[in-house]
Amino acid sequence: MAAELGSTPANGPGLLAQIGAVGRRSITRTLRQRALLIFPMLFPLILFAINGSALNAATRIPGFPPVSYRAFVLAVPFMQGALFIAVTAGIDLARDIESGFFNRLALTPLRGAALLAGQLGGAFIVACLQSVVYLLVGLATGVGIASGVGGAFVLLALSIVIAFGFAGVGALIALRTGSGEAVQAIFPLLFVTLFLSSASLPRPLIAVHWFREVATYNPASYMIEGIRSLVITGWDGRALALGFGFGLALVIVSLGLASGAMRNRLVRT
Amino acid sequence: MKRFAYVARAVAWRSIHNTLVTPSVIVPSIVFPLFFLAAFAGGLSKISHVPHFDYRPGYTAFQFVFVFLQSAAFGGVFTGFAIARDFDSGFARRLLLSAPRRSGIIAGYAGGALARWFVTGSIVTIAALIAGMDVPGNASELVGLVGLGIMANVVAGLWGCGVAMFLRTEQAGALIQMPVFVVIFLAPIYVPLPLLTGWIHSIAKVNPATVVLEAGRGLLAASPVHVGLAFAVLAGAAVVMAAWARRGLASAERAG
Repeated sequence: MAAELGSTPANGPGLLAQIGAVGRRSITRTLRQRALLIFPMLFPLILFAINGSALNAATRIPGFPPVSYRAFVLAVPFMQGALFIAVTAGIDLARDIESGFFNRLALTPLRGAALLAGQLGGAFIVACLQSVVYLLVGLATGVGIASGVGGAFVLLALSIVIAFGFAGVGALIALRTGSGEAVQAIFPLLFVTLFLSSASLPRPLIAVHWFREVATYNPASYMIEGIRSLVITGWDGRALALGFGFGLALVIVSLGLASGAMRNRLVRT
Repeated sequence: MKRFAYVARAVAWRSIHNTLVTPSVIVPSIVFPLFFLAAFAGGLSKISHVPHFDYRPGYTAFQFVFVFLQSAAFGGVFTGFAIARDFDSGFARRLLLSAPRRSGIIAGYAGGALARWFVTGSIVTIAALIAGMDVPGNASELVGLVGLGIMANVVAGLWGCGVAMFLRTEQAGALIQMPVFVVIFLAPIYVPLPLLTGWIHSIAKVNPATVVLEAGRGLLAASPVHVGLAFAVLAGAAVVMAAWARRGLASAERAG
């Protein structure tokens, strides 16, 4: 019985149609939950507004790039938004598991890959939406994009890749635990990646040795620096390669592990 | 009075017990302030090199006071979450039916918030001392700092209690958290007030949280400023929030 679950009959709908069906539901549900949509988008903007002004004194530290602190810190809302997406995507999936909806889906010929990709459809839409909002807010507050219009599009692409990678992490936790509470509890740990990175100051200006070391080994630093380079430096191949490299690695690893967890859960069902 | 104390003690005990035995509840309330301390005191310490930054005990102590008071306020906020959860699960309604003196429920939750913060505040303090924080303040000044934390905890706890009892759903979480977060973060948390510029300086100058934060930093540095005013601000806020929480309770009673 278990082996039959998640397999598609030869004359059934194709993989893309299955992804589309689950994805439509995921997107509709996400757009209907305005609290889940607005709060995670608003919170990083509030922090951006506060920190962008409150830490302006940091620009007087010798060695700080010759840009406003607001321009320097614009990369952070993109990362914070990505972390919120991880939680939203995970909670949505966990709710389906807790409510039994996932079990009912597992009894249909729907393929596991379609179920996972479709469930993350809502997260993908939110990622696109919030990336555009953050970019527009940055521009509206006087931040220029050093890499120009093309750079703005690359920035959006990079931030969406990162957000999708974190959405995969949320899905993985949901599939492993089957609990929305567990997904929420993991949020502080995800936030560590942002706290212990070069989010607030360039790595060479972090005075505390252990912190600088952690930030150097923290992939989140390179994701932030990839986005930041497009805003304050221009076209920096190394920063972009590292940013996209770590972003795509996160997507591959998180979705790969989530697929495995999905298979286990379907068998368990 | 006896019935009030009976209800308060029972609710506080349950709140403390639930906090201590539920990792998903206790861990975030401990981990978040520690992250703040590490990220701000560790990652931003170079800011103390900015000209005219003149806080004698150093940047770790400067940030410790913020994190200490923030953890106090968030101890209250997290208790608001717990109350909302109790309403969602139906427990709070049974509590309202069974409590012989319902105002004791508010006091009990506030007591639970305070106990929760004693755990968090102690851990944050130990972490800051391990990180090499300098503490020039004497014992009475440090007691004053703890007093500010207690009052901040009570104010935020009563706020959270009121919101949770008015809305009676876990979805109230954002509404409980957001105003506290904004008020705290619109105070001079990274640099002293004179180093802030623009709109944030204008807001921080009139933000009551600024007075509390500056008083706390002054007490730790053995050069007290605005201490009386800070306690007066918090005492006033506690009175207002107690009335707010009482109205929230009345709303929950009416809803049945």
